[in-house]
Amino acid sequence: MALSLSWERAEPKFTMTPAIELIGIDKRFGAVHANKDVSMTIAQGSIHGIIGENGAGKSTLMSILFGFYAADKGEIKVKGQPAKIKSSFDAINLGIGMVHQHFMLVDPFTVLENVVLGAEGGRLIGPALAKARAELTRLARDYELDVDPDAIVGELPVGLQQRVEILKALFKGAETLILDEPTGVLTPDEADHLFRILGQLRDQGKTVILITHKLREIMAITDHVSVMRRGELVATKQTSQTSVEELAELMVGRRVLLRVEKGKAKPGAVVLEVKNLTWRDSKGTARVDNVSFTVRAGEIVGIAGVSGNGQSELLELISGISKPTSGQIIFEGKDIGILGDPRHVRQEGLAHVPEDRQHRGLISSFDASESGILGWHYDESLGHGFRLDREAVVNRCQSEMREFDVRPGDPLLKSAKFSGGNQQKIILARELKRNPDLLIVGQPTRGVDIGAIEFIHKRLIELRDQGKAVLLVSVELDEIRSLSDRILVMFAGRIMGERDASSDEREIGLLMAGVSKDAA
Amino acid sequence: MDFSLLPEILASTIRLSVPLVLACLAGLWSERSGIVDIGLEGKMLAAAFAAAAAAAHFQSAWIGMVFAILVSLGLALVHGYASINQRGNQVVSGVAINMMAAGLAVVLGNTWFKEGGRTPALPGSARFLPIDLPGSAVLADVPLLGAIATIISGHSIITYVTILLVPLTAWALAKTRFGLRLRAVGENPHAVDTAGISVALLRYKAVIIAGILCGVAGAFLSTSLSASFVRDMTAGRGFMALAALIFAGWRAWPALFACLLFGFLQASGNYLQGVHLGGVEVPVQFINMLPYLLTVILLAGFIGKSIPPKASGIPYTKDR
Repeated sequence: MALSLSWERAEPKFTMTPAIELIGIDKRFGAVHANKDVSMTIAQGSIHGIIGENGAGKSTLMSILFGFYAADKGEIKVKGQPAKIKSSFDAINLGIGMVHQHFMLVDPFTVLENVVLGAEGGRLIGPALAKARAELTRLARDYELDVDPDAIVGELPVGLQQRVEILKALFKGAETLILDEPTGVLTPDEADHLFRILGQLRDQGKTVILITHKLREIMAITDHVSVMRRGELVATKQTSQTSVEELAELMVGRRVLLRVEKGKAKPGAVVLEVKNLTWRDSKGTARVDNVSFTVRAGEIVGIAGVSGNGQSELLELISGISKPTSGQIIFEGKDIGILGDPRHVRQEGLAHVPEDRQHRGLISSFDASESGILGWHYDESLGHGFRLDREAVVNRCQSEMREFDVRPGDPLLKSAKFSGGNQQKIILARELKRNPDLLIVGQPTRGVDIGAIEFIHKRLIELRDQGKAVLLVSVELDEIRSLSDRILVMFAGRIMGERDASSDEREIGLLMAGVSKDAA
Repeated sequence: MDFSLLPEILASTIRLSVPLVLACLAGLWSERSGIVDIGLEGKMLAAAFAAAAAAAHFQSAWIGMVFAILVSLGLALVHGYASINQRGNQVVSGVAINMMAAGLAVVLGNTWFKEGGRTPALPGSARFLPIDLPGSAVLADVPLLGAIATIISGHSIITYVTILLVPLTAWALAKTRFGLRLRAVGENPHAVDTAGISVALLRYKAVIIAGILCGVAGAFLSTSLSASFVRDMTAGRGFMALAALIFAGWRAWPALFACLLFGFLQASGNYLQGVHLGGVEVPVQFINMLPYLLTVILLAGFIGKSIPPKASGIPYTKDR
């Protein structure tokens, strides 16, 4: 039928054809129903946001579109034509490119080598490298995508590595570009630059699909937004006709508090005092560089910064995992830095919720009750001598699960089977068990769904109001701003400055990027 | 010491380096693709046995070579299947191949030839014999040039081909599409997969190249360097090649020089037997120990500075 149409009639139809149509996509991973009958239309030349909590199925859906997984059911159309996408190779040939959350780059390769990988054009790579060099110059001019073609990718900062990923996709002729959580590793300034690039790509007729869980980004840049919840597509809206509140509600399925409600802090005595703390890695680089600050009882001190600027190392030092090269960590009048041993540090009354839940917080193959006593396994109430009282362990976990609303409330389920939010609750329950005076917590809500975020935030405020000291490290600036009473910004291992919670976001952003007015 | 022996020691160095270079290049191809190959020794040993047995049976060095390559390739594919499809532990698979080859060669040799695990001595017609380069005989008495002729002439065809393989490997890795993809898959297979290239296929190609090279190395040992197979005749050369590979930082040219160094120590060991040091005769065993001692020293001293391909030894799965 379509063949009988004349050119004149086919022409306008082409421009109206959506870039991508997903029809009834269904995908299961074992018992997990990751995508339930998802249908979505993405208009050509638009920026289409896909938002949803972690585990809502956004990444799975895009991985199917990019040929990384095969859908169990459903159909994909690219520019109106039914497409069989069995591998990334097919997707690339259909003009689909993807910038993954974890970059797919070969670190020891140059930018050029990374760009031509998979698009060499012939048996020898010489001509492709020359072509890529010319193409990169053109893309740099057109889209502000400057990057040195001969730089070794592993030595570039993350912001530039992301640019290389975008260049890779464009070099392979991507008409539709999928970006999976692209701003997680960027400073606010870098994120703004990325959005400018995406805007230019759209203006030149490219289609952009942006996966994110940040409502602000959706509002700032997209034309349309699709909301996903537990594998289902809940709604697709025009961005100009929706609001942050509506989207948040669609994401969770009920009204959520976006701002954390809290009274004014009543700071008491100094609980933790960090003095001229420095830690050098094996290469002699100061990863924590002469850091000093205090945390008082009854306040939350937030440490903001782009990940990799020394926050992780700072947490490890205070929790006793590593020993300071120089400087002191004084907790309730006692230097705990010299202990260099988490067990003794915890016995002093300091609790630690580690940044990396999967590796440091719990043991995935242990059941919940076993993960729930990690570090307290020698506690007398859990057995005598070398004997562990299984029943006591399980009972303890049961009561903690009830108190912290862990779902499912089964102490014998493997830790790995819980969602991120419930894992975090198990850890938080364990750490608060001994009624610590200071809680240090890293990335409390990374990979945690909105419902659990609300719970965890409330819990942290409650702790503060009970007169405990809380040191919060997070790369989510929104989280830092809504919870903290004072904000310290870290950059390149140093504290760039201190701000209060009401201070301007741009100002904190500048500090995060290492631009400081009060560097003295 | 008698310097008139030097040209002969150097010629011997080249001969003894050949199996090392071949095994080292085999390891290089395999490990640059992310497959750790500790089974170089076993593949070479099995190939040496296959070459000697087939050459003795068919009275042809070339048929021996074909069998050597087939047997080594078979073992390489077993290693590939275990490491690529089954995502097994690559070290365990390699060790299994080494043990299997050492045992099978002796058992089969004994069953077939009844000479205590040896194969029958091969006549010259069933071996790869030295080729005298044209003009080398004329130069023999010229000072310097004669010495050079002694060093570079009079090697078998396998030796000359091996020397050509070094620049070929370096070029293929750096300049070809296959080389680029192979290097990429050894560093970050996820990047290769998302570029729409099959990780498994690339790794199989690398494993196959390693199999062929080990096959040639084995054939060289039993049908060129010697005239029969004897048990354990590889004598740890596969491991020495691995040491050279690490020392060379997984690069072709440095690998050649590392192997030449090992070869030189072996060669001087052969010529220095009965040497006196301060009036005491140095036991042969000490001299023969040198290449192995060097292996230990190099690995202890240099392993920290040499960076292996990042994904080597790690089975590839799609989950991130």
